[in-house]
Amino acid sequence: MSKNGAPWQENFKFSMLLYDARYRGLTIQISVLIAFLLAFFWLANNVVQNLADLGKPIEFGFLGDVAGYDINQILIDYTAQSSHGRATLVGLLNTLLVAFSGCVAATILGVIGGVLRLSNNWLVSRLVAGYVEIFRNIPVLLWIFVCMFTFTALAPSPREFRGADPEASMLFMDSVALTNRGIYIPEPLFSRPLGNIDLGIFFVSIELLLILACLIGGWLFVRKNNARALQIQNDTGERPATFLVNLAAMALPTIIILIALGFHIGKPELKGFNFKGGINMSAPFIGLWLGLTLYTTTYIIEAVRSGIQAVSKGQTEAALALGMRPGRIMSLVVLPQAMRIIIPQLISQYLNLTKNSSLAVAIGYMDLVSTLGGITLNQTGREMEAILLLMAIYLSISLTISVVMNWYNNRMKLVER
Amino acid sequence: MSNYEFVRTDMLPQQEPPSDTVGVIGWLRANLFSSFYNTALSITVLFLLGSVLMNAVPWVFLGIWNADSLSHCREIFASQYSDGREYACWAVVRDRWDQIIFGYSFGNLEEGLFWRPVFALLFVFVAITPILFPSTPRTLYLATFATLFIYPWLIWGGSLSSYLSIAVLIVAAGYVYQILSKYMISLFSIGLMLVFLILGLWLLNAPISALIHLILPFELQSIPSREISGFVLSITIGIVAIVASLPLAILLALGRQSDLFIVKKLSTLFIELIRGVPLITLIFVATVLLKYFLPKSVNLDPVLSVMILVTLFTAAYIAEVIRGGLAALPSGQKEAADSLGLNYWQAQRLIILPQALKISIPGIVSNFISVLKDTTLVSIVALNDPLGIATAVRSHTDWNGIVWELYAFIALIFWLMCFSMSRYSMYLERKLRTDHH
Amino acid sequence: MSQNQERKVDRSKMQVGDEVAIQLTNMNKWYGEFHVLRDINLTVNKGERIVIAGPSGSGKSTMIRCINRLEEHQKGQIVVDGIELTNDLKNIDKVRSEVGMCFQHFNLFPHLTILENCILAPTWVRKTPRKEAIDTAMHFLEKVKIPDQAHKYPGQLSGGQQQRVAIARSLCMKPRIMLFDEPTSALDPEMIKEVLDTMIELAEEGMTMICVTHEMGFARQVANRVIFMADGQIVEQNEPEEFFNNPKSERTQQFLSQILGH
Ligand SMILES: Nc1ncnc2c1ncn2[C@@H]1O[C@H](COP(=O)(O)OP(=O)(O)O)[C@@H](O)[C@H]1O
Ligand SMILES: [Mg+2]
Repeated sequence: MSKNGAPWQENFKFSMLLYDARYRGLTIQISVLIAFLLAFFWLANNVVQNLADLGKPIEFGFLGDVAGYDINQILIDYTAQSSHGRATLVGLLNTLLVAFSGCVAATILGVIGGVLRLSNNWLVSRLVAGYVEIFRNIPVLLWIFVCMFTFTALAPSPREFRGADPEASMLFMDSVALTNRGIYIPEPLFSRPLGNIDLGIFFVSIELLLILACLIGGWLFVRKNNARALQIQNDTGERPATFLVNLAAMALPTIIILIALGFHIGKPELKGFNFKGGINMSAPFIGLWLGLTLYTTTYIIEAVRSGIQAVSKGQTEAALALGMRPGRIMSLVVLPQAMRIIIPQLISQYLNLTKNSSLAVAIGYMDLVSTLGGITLNQTGREMEAILLLMAIYLSISLTISVVMNWYNNRMKLVER
Repeated sequence: MSNYEFVRTDMLPQQEPPSDTVGVIGWLRANLFSSFYNTALSITVLFLLGSVLMNAVPWVFLGIWNADSLSHCREIFASQYSDGREYACWAVVRDRWDQIIFGYSFGNLEEGLFWRPVFALLFVFVAITPILFPSTPRTLYLATFATLFIYPWLIWGGSLSSYLSIAVLIVAAGYVYQILSKYMISLFSIGLMLVFLILGLWLLNAPISALIHLILPFELQSIPSREISGFVLSITIGIVAIVASLPLAILLALGRQSDLFIVKKLSTLFIELIRGVPLITLIFVATVLLKYFLPKSVNLDPVLSVMILVTLFTAAYIAEVIRGGLAALPSGQKEAADSLGLNYWQAQRLIILPQALKISIPGIVSNFISVLKDTTLVSIVALNDPLGIATAVRSHTDWNGIVWELYAFIALIFWLMCFSMSRYSMYLERKLRTDHH
Repeated sequence: MSQNQERKVDRSKMQVGDEVAIQLTNMNKWYGEFHVLRDINLTVNKGERIVIAGPSGSGKSTMIRCINRLEEHQKGQIVVDGIELTNDLKNIDKVRSEVGMCFQHFNLFPHLTILENCILAPTWVRKTPRKEAIDTAMHFLEKVKIPDQAHKYPGQLSGGQQQRVAIARSLCMKPRIMLFDEPTSALDPEMIKEVLDTMIELAEEGMTMICVTHEMGFARQVANRVIFMADGQIVEQNEPEEFFNNPKSERTQQFLSQILGH
């Protein structure tokens, strides 16, 4: 026992490092840290040694070298003459594209599925349950393969569209061509284009910016209009109809801009052995997108179901007893409570989907793993750099998503108490 | 007398409900046709379901089981059915099921090695019974311990003694720990135990193994890791990952829950790093980078490297499950253990972990399911898991053009395993919840 | 059991009118094969205060939940305020906004403040202007003696306070009939009184009430009749004095001796 509280005035004995509550934690931490650093330096030393023996010290200069390979789906300018760094960027954008498309599709299907799962129609609810049990208990890679191969096996080849009496024909008034090389959909074109802005890394079309501006403006108007409606509801009790005005505010300016720019669609056309024009959603993209969506949807269905079911039945009953209608009960009482459970699960599913999109490499979709971790790695032989960079990029995507999640969770903690 | 007075003299018996609210009709009305909207929904769904089944059922059940190749199948369709449609060519499953399940190494019927993975799996079932059914005798844990060595022996082959000598060393290390822990704090005795174990494996393994071989001279044809394939590979990676990751996961979970700043940060760093990257990048690390991290003298084959990285991957996820279990324990447990004078490791080992792990079992089972599904990723680095074998079969001239039959077979097996385990984990979860009340 | 200092109940406005508020005629309900409510006949006039007692599982909750159609009956007739409850959604809506209900577990909306709980239904169902709804809500919150908690969330209140908020929330819809399903049975003893006092006040203002409760002190003071249910049927019914002092049926006597602890 310390008599006057000054630790160093006592005789310090070496054994106190272990048996004195004040130092023991420190001792343990320092031992762990030393062990960790030893292990770390051992590994690092091995790496440096091994790489030095092979004559390839770690450096990222290869990212500036000419890539020399083609990528079949590009969102920004890229040719075989571009650098490996640019190929990586193209791959990253492809990853983000398929992840984003997958998240959107899975969310829509998942919310619909979750609601149907809770439907009081036995058949529908069992059917959705069956879908969930089948899809989530089979590896996602297998689903990606099945989607990809089913697509390429069942869709007609471009050849079958040829001739006077073709075996296959285009859909939706000759605007969409579904072939085993991919789906060709119409592309937006402008007869009075405004050109591009050079952002250094890539170009952004001014038309796109204008349309975006219109949409944002429309959305701001919608918010204002809704606030006004709420104000009127607060004052008079009656909520004015806002739907049509909102719709017009969102759509009209965009339509006017589109007309002013001479918007028309470029339909894909069969030229020679393949389709030209339009936007090509390649077969690997479709296979990956479908596979990821169908698999992740099951988890979102479960999240929605569990979130809604977690709101006790008493809540609905109390609202019913107050005379509220089922739709309003859903939007004002049940969903706000369910969202607290659903949204964190949703975000973690987005994270999973993004990570699973790395399976692209199995079916040849040119995502980050196929470019940086695939062809670039093989061509440059820079395994260490390529894989570390790959992991770092994924890690930063994951961290971004976690930051969003934490922000949401903290905000939810603030509200309500 | 009051005007409200009423006394029932004879009690009413139970009556039958109106006939349209019970039985088949009542059920249909309540569950399928309760409103106009519901009726429309039911009819639409029935119609869609019907049209899908009308196509799928004949495809499955009119399929051919007896054929040598896809073209042979097609000949049979043409001669047997005049409708010109194609049906399933299940012959590919009949031809290759043994490869898909047992892989190339055990898959050859003539060599008669089937029994090894089958027995290995049976041992696993015996091993998990004491964990799954707490009422079984405790001595079964011995079988669990034995399985840790018999399973690898049955899969990899070689001399039984080399596996048993490791077992002997581990038991010895356990005794070393018990003796040491009387004289020093647990963390150091654990450290010294590990040192003993490593030195033992390095220096004593060969002599002990030779000694055991004199008594138990059992030897199986040895199978190199890279030849393990098919579902045997998937299941082996899954089991190795779960079992080997548990100790690490427990340490990581305790570390992340601990008050010690550095320990907590290091554990968190490891867990978040691993959880932040896709498994495929870790598999790349295993097959491409691992050799750089180790001294030149160490020569790991790809299957072992993958197992190591999948183990680290699993450990991060299971650590989070266990952390949830630790957090769910009432703080009174820790306080009670402290008040009895138990030190940190005693409290963890005797009081906290047994309870936390019990709560964590459903989560660990779900993780096992995920790992099992994720093992399919090894096909990307050219290991022969079922999907890898399917690719090989599909590129064989006999079966070129086959798609769904093979994947349906593989999917069915995965589904049977994963579905039954997920049901089991849900059952456990329910049971845990009711046990607590 | 009984309150130590029972407050004097002012019976001046507690008058039973001639108008029929609720009428159940030969009402039957089944849960699957289980016959929960058997041939219930009950007429409630305006201004009546009815207490329903009976063993657990006898169908008390089910019966009052049928009155605002939280449960559907299969046979017989329920007429509330002249409106018959059928599958017609419009009628159901009308009945529900005329009938207030308080639950055993309060069922306040945890994501809304006390005030928001109270104005939710008036603004969305009654289409009352917000300011007016707030004024009404504050009026009733004052009445149940918690105006200063209006901006807190339900989780921050005690059980008794929560139940009083639940009563205020129902009152904000200006119901003509109030249903109470064991409003005090989830409360600690010291909180029961505050809730009962609120209910007594309500009765003093002439509200038509049906209460499922085992608070016999409340029944004696406030009720104008007590109904005893068992096995899904009304077994005995009488004015409180008669009911407690001179129960006729054997089941009633048995039940009373159990809850009064004789
Ligand atoms: N949703 C339901 N499904 C099936 N049976 C129910 C349901 N709700 C209540 N019951 C049964 O109906 C009977 C009456 O229940 P209830 O009205 O809650 O009784 P009380 O309120 O008198 O205790 C009980 O036996 C109960 O088990
Ligand atoms: Mg009840």
